Amino acid sequence: MIFTPRLVIATAAVFAVVAFVGLLFTFERPGAIVSQTGYRGVAMEQNYNPRMLVAQQARNQPPEAIEKVDPDGQKASEVYQNVQVLGDLTEVEFLRTMTAITAWVSPEGGCAYCHAEGEELSSDKLYTKVVARRMLQMTREVNTTWKSHVADTGVTCWTCHRGLPVPEEIWFEDPGRRSASKGLIGDPAGQNAAAPAVGLSSLPNDPFTAFLVGGKDAPIRNISQTALPTDRNTSSVKQAEWTYGLMIHMSEGLGVNCTYCHNSRAFASWEQSPPQRVTAWHGIRMVQALNAGFLDPLRPTYPASRLGPTGDAPKANCATCHQGAYKPLYGAPLAKDHPELTVPNPQGQGPQPFRSSASR
Amino acid sequence: MAEYQNIFTQVQVRGPVHDGIPLPKGFWDRVGKPGFSYYAGLIGDAQIGPIYLGWFGVASLFFGFLAFEIIGFNMWASVNWNVVEFIRQLPWLALEPPPPAYGLKIPPLNQGGWWLMAGFFLTLSIILWWIRTYRRARALGMGTHVAWAFAAAIWLYLVLGFIRPLLMGSWGEAVPFGIFPHLDWTAAFSIRYGNLFYNPFHALSIVFLYGSTLLFAMHGATVLATGRYNSEREVEQITDRGTAFERGALFWRWTMGFNATAESIHRWAWWFAVLCPLTGGIGILLTGTAVDNWYLWAIKHGFAPSYPAVWAPVADPALTLGAPR
Repeated sequence: MIFTPRLVIATAAVFAVVAFVGLLFTFERPGAIVSQTGYRGVAMEQNYNPRMLVAQQARNQPPEAIEKVDPDGQKASEVYQNVQVLGDLTEVEFLRTMTAITAWVSPEGGCAYCHAEGEELSSDKLYTKVVARRMLQMTREVNTTWKSHVADTGVTCWTCHRGLPVPEEIWFEDPGRRSASKGLIGDPAGQNAAAPAVGLSSLPNDPFTAFLVGGKDAPIRNISQTALPTDRNTSSVKQAEWTYGLMIHMSEGLGVNCTYCHNSRAFASWEQSPPQRVTAWHGIRMVQALNAGFLDPLRPTYPASRLGPTGDAPKANCATCHQGAYKPLYGAPLAKDHPELTVPNPQGQGPQPFRSSASR
Repeated sequence: MAEYQNIFTQVQVRGPVHDGIPLPKGFWDRVGKPGFSYYAGLIGDAQIGPIYLGWFGVASLFFGFLAFEIIGFNMWASVNWNVVEFIRQLPWLALEPPPPAYGLKIPPLNQGGWWLMAGFFLTLSIILWWIRTYRRARALGMGTHVAWAFAAAIWLYLVLGFIRPLLMGSWGEAVPFGIFPHLDWTAAFSIRYGNLFYNPFHALSIVFLYGSTLLFAMHGATVLATGRYNSEREVEQITDRGTAFERGALFWRWTMGFNATAESIHRWAWWFAVLCPLTGGIGILLTGTAVDNWYLWAIKHGFAPSYPAVWAPVADPALTLGAPR
């Protein structure tokens, strides 16, 4: 007979090993903390794994404070040339900011990361200096026009950079998997891969290009506002999957459950949503505005090695600042020690124009 | 002498292999040389084969294989024909239905055309298999209960992949062929239509799903527990006193005041099982066609409870900026 005992036992053993290994990598070890956030019995709660919180905490430490300086003295614009953004600071304040930026962005490369060696300090020879200038303007933009998202906590370079010249969490347009047989078979339809961008789910794996580029973003909302069908909402289930992908990114990027912002009985209902959802809503608009107004237009400034596979500039999403925490650096008020980063951009230094997608 | 007992020391009776009743003229022959397997005997009958294939069986297997291959080759192509990636990412891979923009038109091959083909062949295969279950039952002089139970499952399958997309005017509304992708689709479907939890037919379907498991456990447990009194021979027992059957019946009458009969328990089980996909299919069919947001529908009809507010209510910021959407 084909079914010999040895064959049966070997087959069973193979299945057992595969199942065990599968389980091993599928589930987290027990020990989760469940904290209730809403009315009892309705599953409004946040789940935390203490072991993962340790890693997350290590990632989210504020930088060492840079000592304050005596504000008296000559203006930086009078002492140095080509100071386009921070010219109103006094020389010592200006040097303090430069020191801070070095510590936040290029502790290893030092001043030479942006200021070309053997050139005047005013030289814009290195692209990094041009980008840094624009980033200062972007920081001011965030701290002044996006208080709806960052409140008075504010951001500095450290919020995203954390001591790295290129922030860890940036994104590029995903060209998707190309089918070997030249478009006749195997189109993954922008999804169905174990994609890190959407928490290793099989959801559409580049929701950023769809929703966060700014200006031409697809509508995020697709749940109907009426009980019965109308012509007003023609969203398909496929579109819902794209939104779902973006939401998984937010959940992963902030280290929170869906119920941090939504009452999952009615995802669309604002009346029942935790207040964090409003902050998050402004966050999405902020990211769209920053990508369209600051980050994407820098494309010609970068060398090719800094661009994505389709030649686009590095851009921001929720994880760029949050890096796994519900508030970046657990809400450490970074901006208060750096008033130079919390002043509005003068005319002409703000975002490049982009069509607001506030309605989405 | 060996004693007939339950599973662990079951005696496997091995006479000459039994081919089954003779078939009428015009039928195919049964194929395969029958034999015995000890391991099959542990979980069922020790005899394996022969099997009756027939035209419908062969055609069903052929079209089923075709659908399986179309799906499999599309998945394999989607990872650039890389065998390792195909195995590693298999649970994530899928064959997607066409983008919604194509509506009910025939899309290009790689934009859902393969999906339509795979769906067509799979449906053909399933329906041919259904005919087979019907005809095999008839050939044995049985009722056709198995075929109609299978038809209930086919109903749900057709609603998801054919009838509802047809009513919605878009193949893109259908389910992808893939392990995780069809689960993600299910979650997205519920969210898009305002939470299927508030769909009464979804609720009924769950009642029959969980009810089926409960009934199955009760029935299976009763039969096993009375196995020592030969409960598997229930037909010989229903008229006598003190039999396994009477003990099982008394057990439930004493426990909950009511007992099913040896016949009716199987009607209970059949209807619970069949109503699960029947009601579920109705629930899916109404979603997007008759109801667009089940939560709001439940509010409208007064059966979604409200809970005390724990935080200050917030308003849609898109509205405060004067841009409703």
